[in-house]
Amino acid sequence: MKHIKTLKTRKLCAGKGGCGECQTSCQSACKTSCGVANQKCEAKK
Amino acid sequence: MIHQYQLNGYNIVIDVCSGSVHAVDEVAYDVIADFEQKTKDEILASLGEKYAAVDGITPAEIAECYDQVQQLKEEGLLFAPDTFAPMAGELKQKTAGVVKALCLHVAHTCNLNCSYCFASQGKYHGDRAVMSFEVGKRALDFLIENSGTRHNLEVDFFGGEPLMNFDVVKKLVAYARSIEAEHGKNFRFTLTTNGVLIDQDVIDFCNAEMSNVVLSLDGRKEVHDRYRVDYAGNGSWERIVPKFQQLVEARGGKNYYMRGTFTHQNPDFLADIQQMLDLGFTELSMEPVVCAPNDPAELTAEDRRIVMEQYEKLASLMLKREKEGKPFTFYHYMIDLTDGPCIYKRISGCGSGTEYMAVTPWGDLYPCHQFVGDEKYRLGDVWTGVTNKAAQREFGECNVYARPECADCWAKLYCSGGCAANAYHATGSVKGVYQAGCDPFRKRMECAIMLAVARSDEE
Repeated sequence: MKHIKTLKTRKLCAGKGGCGECQTSCQSACKTSCGVANQKCEAKK
Repeated sequence: MIHQYQLNGYNIVIDVCSGSVHAVDEVAYDVIADFEQKTKDEILASLGEKYAAVDGITPAEIAECYDQVQQLKEEGLLFAPDTFAPMAGELKQKTAGVVKALCLHVAHTCNLNCSYCFASQGKYHGDRAVMSFEVGKRALDFLIENSGTRHNLEVDFFGGEPLMNFDVVKKLVAYARSIEAEHGKNFRFTLTTNGVLIDQDVIDFCNAEMSNVVLSLDGRKEVHDRYRVDYAGNGSWERIVPKFQQLVEARGGKNYYMRGTFTHQNPDFLADIQQMLDLGFTELSMEPVVCAPNDPAELTAEDRRIVMEQYEKLASLMLKREKEGKPFTFYHYMIDLTDGPCIYKRISGCGSGTEYMAVTPWGDLYPCHQFVGDEKYRLGDVWTGVTNKAAQREFGECNVYARPECADCWAKLYCSGGCAANAYHATGSVKGVYQAGCDPFRKRMECAIMLAVARSDEE
């Protein structure tokens, strides 16, 4: 029996990313409480 | 580090440093809770006892579950070690000097007089002013000159009320469009407005040129009109709602947000969300008020308890409406698990003071809109660039590992240490932590991830 369902996620690992093309975090809507979770990666694939 | 929680009937385990999310049954939930503290034999013994009377959960089943947990650990998807601290300042060092987003304060004046406004009715504790085309043009040139290899450049028209200087907004957009191709850039504009001056011209322009429009509405009429009044004290709800409806209808699916604020007067903000939905809006954001201590708008401890409940009920409402074919978006519950931010972004945070700055009507640069008016943090101006290197350095050093308070927080790679302005106002340091924001943030992440789990169940 399978007890664990693992969702598909982006694996966090060093060396991949950091292009800086993504949106600055609080620019789009909140303007008062930033987080980074709802940012979308905009790296050219 | 892991975080496990139960919400809306789901048992959820987040593995912080791999970014993995697991939906588990009760046995796995218990195994994972004890996995790092007890031996295999101890876990099998205690859970064997706990589940002895439960049909279908045999000792062999529990042992099999244990092996599945062990397997995930070996694959790096559970109990992954935190190896990111040495990278903490890397991204900002690598991108030092690159600016990719500006908040243009085209109007330090407003046609509303909202007492809870963090910008003191648009004046930012200074004089009323509007930005000239020349200052704005220079700001756009400054952005291009300092944007390095960045292709996407973001410009937010902000205030005060930016539509009080609409002609300049239009000219600046036309100027940016005239030079973006030759520089290999793509400008993405956002306009934040209280709605009072929206007319057909504004609607047509926004829909042609604005990637995003942020529309300020606090929800229920009585809630909105308590704070969002004109200088005669009249509420603005009746005037702006039809304009917002007209704009959104004409927007044809392009991005917008109805953006509300909740205060001590409406910690039950789900009723305001419901009001926005009833008005036909589906892209929604509600934010806790940012105000000075002891302000009448400040959320009390009891309010904060209510707010936490509201977040859970909001998530349930979203699921219910999705099943009914009437989905809506809540800004803080948007989470892209497969294509979200890379680890560098998650560590380094919002970029205020480094890649993102605010520009006053006079062309002064500040780390972000929330620092405007605080002379200590005036970074320079759009003609000479950043001259206050000491202040900028503080922001360059901001990252989640620079905040010891965040070390043991499971949400640190979703929050990145939080808002520098909120931290500064609460603690006196941009590298401090705005503790009052932490529990609500964690709750929002729990809800957002629960929604992702629930949706994966539907697939």
